[in-house]
Amino acid sequence: MTGLSFRVIAVAVIFAVLGAFTAVAAEFELLNVSYDPTRELYTEFNAAFAKHWKGKTGDSVTIKQSHGGSGKQARSVIDGLEADVVTLALAGDIDAIAQKSDVLPKDWLKKLPNNSAPYTSTINFLVRKGNPKGIKDWDDLVKDGVSVITPNPKTSGGARWNYLAAWAFALKKYGNSEEKAQEFVGKLFKNVEVLDSGARGSTTTFTERGIGDVLISWENEAFLAIKELGADKFEAVYPSLSILAEPSVALVDRNAQKKGNLDVAKAYLEYLYTPEGQEIAAKNFYRPRDPKVAEKFKEKFPAVELVTIDQSFGGWAKAQKVHFANGGIFDQIYQPSK
Amino acid sequence: MAFLLKRRTVVPGFGLSLGLTVLYTCLVVLIPLAGLFVKSWALPWAEIGEILSAPRVVASFKLTFLTSLIAASLNLVFGLLVAWVLVRYRFPGKSLLDALVDLPFALPTAVAGITLTTLYARNGWIGQYLEPYGIKAAYSQLGIVIALTFIGLPFVVRTVQPVLEDLDPESEDAAYSLGAGRLQVFTKVVLPLLWPALLTGFALSFARALGEYGSVVFIAGNMPMKTEVVSLLIVTRLEEYDYAGATTIAAAMLLMSFVVLLIVNLLQWWSRRWQAA
Amino acid sequence: MNGIGTNTALVKSQPLVRTHESKWAKWGLTLLAFGFLGLFLLLPLAAIFSEGLKKGWSAYWTALKEPEAISAIKLTLLVAAIAVPANLVFGIVASWAIAKFEFRGKQILITLIDLPFSVSPVISGLIFVLIFGLQGYLGPWLREHDIKIIFAVPGIVLATVFITFPFIARELIPLMESQGRDEEEAALSLGANGWQTFFLVTLPNIKWGLLYGVILCNARAMGEFGAVSVVSGHIRGMTNTLPLHVEILYNEYQFVAAFAVASLLALLALATLALKKILEWKVRSESEARP
Repeated sequence: MTGLSFRVIAVAVIFAVLGAFTAVAAEFELLNVSYDPTRELYTEFNAAFAKHWKGKTGDSVTIKQSHGGSGKQARSVIDGLEADVVTLALAGDIDAIAQKSDVLPKDWLKKLPNNSAPYTSTINFLVRKGNPKGIKDWDDLVKDGVSVITPNPKTSGGARWNYLAAWAFALKKYGNSEEKAQEFVGKLFKNVEVLDSGARGSTTTFTERGIGDVLISWENEAFLAIKELGADKFEAVYPSLSILAEPSVALVDRNAQKKGNLDVAKAYLEYLYTPEGQEIAAKNFYRPRDPKVAEKFKEKFPAVELVTIDQSFGGWAKAQKVHFANGGIFDQIYQPSK
Repeated sequence: MAFLLKRRTVVPGFGLSLGLTVLYTCLVVLIPLAGLFVKSWALPWAEIGEILSAPRVVASFKLTFLTSLIAASLNLVFGLLVAWVLVRYRFPGKSLLDALVDLPFALPTAVAGITLTTLYARNGWIGQYLEPYGIKAAYSQLGIVIALTFIGLPFVVRTVQPVLEDLDPESEDAAYSLGAGRLQVFTKVVLPLLWPALLTGFALSFARALGEYGSVVFIAGNMPMKTEVVSLLIVTRLEEYDYAGATTIAAAMLLMSFVVLLIVNLLQWWSRRWQAA
Repeated sequence: MNGIGTNTALVKSQPLVRTHESKWAKWGLTLLAFGFLGLFLLLPLAAIFSEGLKKGWSAYWTALKEPEAISAIKLTLLVAAIAVPANLVFGIVASWAIAKFEFRGKQILITLIDLPFSVSPVISGLIFVLIFGLQGYLGPWLREHDIKIIFAVPGIVLATVFITFPFIARELIPLMESQGRDEEEAALSLGANGWQTFFLVTLPNIKWGLLYGVILCNARAMGEFGAVSVVSGHIRGMTNTLPLHVEILYNEYQFVAAFAVASLLALLALATLALKKILEWKVRSESEARP
């Protein structure tokens, strides 16, 4: 044994002995698997929660983040990525985890208040400053010569909300005619110039590459782009009707239990519902659920007529099957035109 | 393992080295790839046919082959030109240029993709000059060709270069002394000797382009039916939880790469025989 | 298939520059080659550094000093430090078996060794998910025994080993084949044992080719994106390699930081090319020194 490795071992032994006597505060490490636009939200929220947890229990907790397209992230959890909590773009993706693996219960949606969605959002438009194409509502998106940017509904959760919001508008406009709605949405996607796989990719394409006249986007993503990349370059436009987007969160029981994180992971999600958590969400452009916090930030979030997925589409399971499954309506839109 | 030996030799270590090689190859390459085939062969043939004949899948195979073919052809022409210039002429900066040819081998593909997109987008260094002429480079099929040309660039240069260096100048001299024109000498004397190397470089560049992912996703625009390459389609299928679709397309793609690889090996065998003759 | 490593350029003599073209044709062709390479190689390289330094050196350094960047650098180095030696040993063993002996099934073995090179990186990642993923063949067993492969460092190492598998072997096989086995046979007949023969006779003969293969293998191991992206899980500070970190930064509107980290990878590429050039000079001067 060389001198160096002996010294290393000696130091390790000393630390181990010291550690055995001083170990009172436990250390936890959580993994939060999330979707694309929540990077900024959870950076802030994680720091706040770690502080809160330390004050309450004396234990320290570090939260590791993984971000990507919502569908891709769900697939990673299905394939064994050991998330303690998932905070994805829509209930459908967490449903997929529940169906295709055994890491979380099938009735996860009922475990937390408000459909397990601590904050909501909606879909609006981001246009270039001065709105040169005069885009006001969904009708303007199907006009000739308007170039639209949206991510791919197959891979991006946000894009599914985009698609359904457009569909809901068309249903209302054409007196609930499903055929007309399909035609409308088909026309809209004919105007799409770049179909990125994730919401972030689309925002970058629109803002940095200068492609497209309008970006259909998460409200929070649009605000963030304006904040990060310049209010002198872009502005947000609200359509007459949009959809109530509910990004859901869930505890991944089996992983959290295995890692001994059950309590802290539960507390982490519950903290999202507290006034502190709600304020952080609102500051990061998510619409808070808490009425008091909502009142405080109401200047920020214009009132829009919103439909919900349960009313207009009969829930995620049905919407997924009809619209986004292999061979569903979205695939038919992209069949070659005869 | 001695029974495999065709000729006895005093050099030791045959059993050990071959055994280790086969073991490692099995562990790292063969078993993982076999897993892919087992997974997709579990499907009935009709379903495999259905997956592979879907219009979107067909369109993306067509696109991948077409853009790879164009990129490999571009590399064939310009690779020959670059090899020719590097071998035959002396000029300042030659050795720098020679070293740079390998850049696409060493640069991570994601970096290449982001950089090429930055250059060729509407507001990029190059894109802004193409825009007035109505040429859309990034987010189009042209963008895919650009990315594939970049990553396949070294192949033709590096396969042709050594052959060109070994070329006996006497036969060229002889042709000139017999009064042949420059173009004639090139097409009748030089080119026939270069064909095997050119074809090998072309096939390698083509094979590399078929499977490319990292650089293409950033610049392609990823529109189904229009700018969606096969690698991306596999990823898309995976993200839709469609494992059957993803593995079937992947297995089909793998078979095709294998065929291209086989052609490359045959070409090399042929060129060796050809040069020996 | 010498295209992978392009070792063919290693041993070359300065050719006779005797051309018959007119001066105009010569300069025209040279300019055309310069234009093509400039457009496809120099410009992207310049763009990386120019974008990375857009906000000055301090922003550049901040991007590289961030803990997440540091941990990505460490992980990348760790992965390369496992994958390269593994393939180094394999490369030497495989080329010994293939180059020094004539045996049945040799062509099949060579084609198998080549295979990872032509497989799409996405497929390379997918196969490991199919085996080690929770829905895969070994997933449930691994979970029971609390072994993490996919979405952890072992998975990233495996995918990298797969991708860089052929590099060193394919570099050495043609080199060893061209050298034959006369020298080894002579050493053995003089009473050297197998290991002595290898270390004293074979290794000195192949050292430059070996080093060259290692350099290329290392560049690829550090730069792999597609395959690693499928198996990484993208956990920040844990399973992000440098190329994945570039993508993350790019997606966070931190374009300067993204290109700063990218420039680090570009520098690595340039260092690789410089090393390769130095090797070529060394080999040339050595082969000229020999009678």
